[in-house]
Amino acid sequence: MLTNAIAISALLFMLAIALNFYRLIIGPSIPDRLAALDTMYVNAIGAIILFGMWLNTTLYFEAALLIAMLGFISTVAVCKYLLRGDIIE
Amino acid sequence: MDLRFALEVAVSALMIAGGIFAVIGAMGMVRFRDFYMRLHGPTKSTTLGVGCVLLASMSFFWLKNGHPSLQDMLITLFLFITTPVSAHLLTMSGLHHKLPSAPETKGQPYELDDEDDIARN
Repeated sequence: MLTNAIAISALLFMLAIALNFYRLIIGPSIPDRLAALDTMYVNAIGAIILFGMWLNTTLYFEAALLIAMLGFISTVAVCKYLLRGDIIE
Repeated sequence: MDLRFALEVAVSALMIAGGIFAVIGAMGMVRFRDFYMRLHGPTKSTTLGVGCVLLASMSFFWLKNGHPSLQDMLITLFLFITTPVSAHLLTMSGLHHKLPSAPETKGQPYELDDEDDIARN
């Protein structure tokens, strides 16, 4: 039952990532695309955690933590660039 | 044995709820008409979905290995702290670019370039 639940949840996360990718392509402005990319990395954390559960290993926590930190840092950097025209003033 | 089956049901329900919340957030991302409406999806629903999956993962490895791992809670805590910050910065950049809002969106964006008027008066 746990295997089936992991498969269903992974399918739902794939659908979510595909919908976010659609918004990333058609987004009419740059902040729209940036919000779509932000949501995509948050969904990728969930997908990687599900993959670690599927393989029955705890090795993927570090990968999820790295994606969380680097995704936040890159979102903040691009937002600062859009707001001020410069990242570090 | 029966308790183990109940725990498996709880972990499966948490995982599927997390997937459904993620899909609801992505549908809001696609279907809302406005950038300011569109920010509701990632900030609330997607964070809740990933939080559900991380809670399910912690319970899963507790069930398998016999001892809980607190690294999952670390990721959840980090995500719950950083998502409002990035959403605030996204809203600031959207206001800075003067993105158009749908007529159903209530409230007007705060004018960021009022300093000239204040300096003139």
